[in-house]
Amino acid sequence: MTLENLKPVIAETLPNCDAEAVTLDARLIPEVCQDSLDTVELSMALEDKFGVNVPDDLMATFGTVADLIAYMSEHGA
Amino acid sequence: MNGLKLLATGRALPSQTLSNDDMSRYVETSDEWIGGRTGIRQRYFCAEGENATTLAIEASRLALERSGIPAAEIGCVVVATSSGEYVMPSTASMVHGALALDENIPTLDVGAACAGFLYAVEVARGLLLAGGRRYALVVGTEQMSSVLDMTDRTTCVLFGDGAGATVFELDTEREYVSVQGTRSDMAIRSGCPSITQKVPMQMDGQAVFRFAAAIIPKCVQDLFAKGGRTMDDVDWVVCHQANERILDASIRRLGGKEKFYKNIDRYANTSAASIAIALDEMNEQGLLEEGQRIVMVGFGGGLTWAGIMLCI
Repeated sequence: MTLENLKPVIAETLPNCDAEAVTLDARLIPEVCQDSLDTVELSMALEDKFGVNVPDDLMATFGTVADLIAYMSEHGA
Repeated sequence: MNGLKLLATGRALPSQTLSNDDMSRYVETSDEWIGGRTGIRQRYFCAEGENATTLAIEASRLALERSGIPAAEIGCVVVATSSGEYVMPSTASMVHGALALDENIPTLDVGAACAGFLYAVEVARGLLLAGGRRYALVVGTEQMSSVLDMTDRTTCVLFGDGAGATVFELDTEREYVSVQGTRSDMAIRSGCPSITQKVPMQMDGQAVFRFAAAIIPKCVQDLFAKGGRTMDDVDWVVCHQANERILDASIRRLGGKEKFYKNIDRYANTSAASIAIALDEMNEQGLLEEGQRIVMVGFGGGLTWAGIMLCI
């Protein structure tokens, strides 16, 4: 998975986030996901799109967007 | 077929309205925090002398009057509630008494949390089919304020009190499709006040959101598959009003944004009452017309879910 693959998912799922402005160094919470429900929505969208389940408690441990992309890539996305 | 025609609706609300700012008297919160995360702007809480029974009776009386059906012709009363005044007698039996309905009809409460109203409709339909009567009084009523922990800001701001009532007529020629489901889970739990134990409302918000945002699309797709319909065939989608973001997440998956009715901003989550209250509001606004096809979806504690697609 790359940042470019992730951006359309963010754009579709999180209307309060400017997906185009998201960088690898951006903090997943609160820069991309503003609250815990955003992380659930993003996690569900990633599972729909890439077939990779990211447990809610794990989403909360990712520091940056790069951490999320690394996890998704390790699991086949 | 063996469907139900919606003859009339009614709703009843407590006399106290609490804004989000009012809730900040109980817990550290704000209009921005609640509104941004849920879409809720206000809710109704019962005052002294008001409860799930009084609300159910008031809403039922309205619906019955509007239906034009004589009280003696009502063939069953089914009330959905998780916060009734008593475990027994049932709320349904008290509605029955207040409206002076025929003695020889079944009355019962249905406990399926926020999916309860649609379970109640299904039970009422079955009772009419089995009993040879034509008309059913189906009610959703809640005094959620009686089971809230007013020190828990993650739950107490989410719920409200209210009741909605409907009168249905059995119509063997009318389209009707339903689905129900259960996934045993303690993610939402509460106990009514009792002499032995009081369990205040507790909820795993993330788990419930994940469940709800997935179950609405599943329910709708299951109804469409069973009934051979698509979103194009539907006039309205009326979901349990739990959180605007759950509805928005479902809309992103299903499309048909303009068909989803929302009123959570004014009532918060009224559990089993929410769909019936929404139907009455829609009726009042002239949005419901005979022949329209409506999809309704309820979901909540249990975890339970239910969907009904019918032509009103």
